[in-house]
Amino acid sequence: MGEIRFMKGNEALAEAAIRAGLQGYFGYPITPQSEVIEYLAREEPKHNYVLIQAESELAAVNMLYGSAGAGGRVMTTTSSPGFTLMQEGISYIACTELPCVLVNVVRGGPGLGTIQPSQGDYFQAVKGGGHGDYNTPVLGPNSVQEMIDHVYLAFELADKYLTPVVILSDGAIGQMMEKVTLPEPIPYKPNKPWATTGKTADRERNILTSLFIQSEAMEKRNLRLQEKYRKIKENEVRYEEYQIEDAEIIVTAYGLCSRISKKAVELGREAGIKMGLFRPISLWPFPSKQIEEIASGDQVKFFISIEMNAGQMVEDVRLAVCGKKPVHFYGRQGGIVPTPQEVFNSIKEHLK
Amino acid sequence: MKEGYELIYKRPKALVDVRMHYCPGCFHSTIHKLLMEVVEELDIQDKTIGVCPVGCSVFAYDYLDIDMQEAAHGRAAAVATGIKRMLPDRIVFSYQGDGDLAAIGLAETIHACNRGENFTFIFINNGIYGMTGGQMAPTTLEGQETTTSPYGRAPDKDGMPLKMAEIVSQFEMVAYVERVSCDTPANTRKAKRAIRKAFEFQMKGLGTTFIEVASNCPSGWKCTPEESLNWLKEHMFPYYPLGVLKEPSKKKKGNAARRTKTE
Ligand SMILES: Cc1ncc(C[n+]2csc(CCOP(=O)(O)OP(=O)(O)O)c2C)c(N)n1
Ligand code: SF4
Repeated sequence: MGEIRFMKGNEALAEAAIRAGLQGYFGYPITPQSEVIEYLAREEPKHNYVLIQAESELAAVNMLYGSAGAGGRVMTTTSSPGFTLMQEGISYIACTELPCVLVNVVRGGPGLGTIQPSQGDYFQAVKGGGHGDYNTPVLGPNSVQEMIDHVYLAFELADKYLTPVVILSDGAIGQMMEKVTLPEPIPYKPNKPWATTGKTADRERNILTSLFIQSEAMEKRNLRLQEKYRKIKENEVRYEEYQIEDAEIIVTAYGLCSRISKKAVELGREAGIKMGLFRPISLWPFPSKQIEEIASGDQVKFFISIEMNAGQMVEDVRLAVCGKKPVHFYGRQGGIVPTPQEVFNSIKEHLK
Repeated sequence: MKEGYELIYKRPKALVDVRMHYCPGCFHSTIHKLLMEVVEELDIQDKTIGVCPVGCSVFAYDYLDIDMQEAAHGRAAAVATGIKRMLPDRIVFSYQGDGDLAAIGLAETIHACNRGENFTFIFINNGIYGMTGGQMAPTTLEGQETTTSPYGRAPDKDGMPLKMAEIVSQFEMVAYVERVSCDTPANTRKAKRAIRKAFEFQMKGLGTTFIEVASNCPSGWKCTPEESLNWLKEHMFPYYPLGVLKEPSKKKKGNAARRTKTE
């Protein structure tokens, strides 16, 4: 059995990374996630990982690239403005096919924004974010426990598919404290024959690059990436359902909003309204098939997406529902977290 | 080999036997060869990891028979940092042009030097952006004409050319800085010696080592290879003097162990 502790989201994530065999962390302070680098800095003497406070997120993500290429189990964490700076690196890492984990503890934007929680970076995370045709798996934790579990899962997915994996959290989950069960540390023994560890006599040199100057070669790499993404879509869709079976109103929400929406669903049920919650856990790949199936149910009247942004995931829900049912949206912005009652009221609006 | 003869000049075995894409007379190819000669002499082919920049030498991995990573434009120092920290017992170098190292990647360069990252910079300063067709670089000389400074670099709007070797030698954690060139056989030998010294200091864990090559770009400078050598002597060397700018103090002990411990 794991160890039970009362922990802050960011610190739980840091501790989980250590237990998952972290070998390198590169980051730059930014609220609301600086506890990650602070925790790792405090714990560093007891462990065997490299930690650098980089000069910028641009440098951090490129250190991540270098160390992932050298075969390390490596991670960076940041918040929205920093995640924007990292997009250059993520595009290169995705194309070069290197495994690593990036965490965005999202705050309100655009611009310098606010340090309060937000889901305004959904598009940026799930649609690639940087230049070129690529995607990264994106996980949306909704509790401190999942900050832990998703770190393990993210490292696993990264190694399995040779891809950067993004954990899309938010300032509330990063900052709040909850009871968690910490998993046992896992011994990490990488098998990475492609890593740049020095060309020994028994093999050809390893070259890690995203440069394919001939169009045919570039298209080939793109097709390879798309084939990989197809496999990920097939195998790595994750979601949670709550009171969906007989539900007439389907609330969709991820991360923090999924917890608020769950309460709103309970309020609805108490009032005799048949509501259910569909929560995507993998935001990419998005559980489109599952939503489409639910949308085919005769009893379903409409969907409503609850988000802390101006309406981003709702577009993916609409694509999945594909016109079968109306899809509504309710959101708050600027770092404001909606209350369950507020969410419930917004749903009731559509019942009139 | 004929009996009684000794082969004294050959292609280093770590230099891949293919035709390079560099323009005739360009120092990039010479420096590639010097690098691989040093790798061969030190017998470190299996331990050396290089980082290519974005610039004319973006394809260096086609020629150097060692493990290599391609970095985004300007980020080679950060990438090399990541590699070296993961694999502290390997010999890591970044190979960068002036646009890469001194313009878009200046922050990464300065901070890697300030942290004393224990890898070697091979900095090819040809005073111009070669790959993109001869635009002004941060090292373009005052009055020098390029496609984006067609009337000559004007300090009142473009600033003065950056002296990178002088700048990085200010940093405490930087162990060794030398500016070399390849315009004559004698200077080419000195350049090789400098690269070798840099690698040796790196192997001792002394901190950052930085070799600036006052290089040429016949195509970008719109001249013949021979004219480019004259231009180097007349214009580059007076502003970018060759020689050692910093050497490790005798007392200095390696500090790499503290900073790199994984593996
Ligand atoms: C982010 C980004 N901006 C611009 C470019 C275009 N670009 C490619 S090489 C280069 C300049 C290279 O010059 P230098 O570093 O001096 O190397 P050289 O080609 O002279 O060897 C530029 C601007 C790019 N690839 N990426
Ligand atoms: S453009 Fe200039 S730097 Fe590039 S290969 Fe040609 S001569 Fe060398």
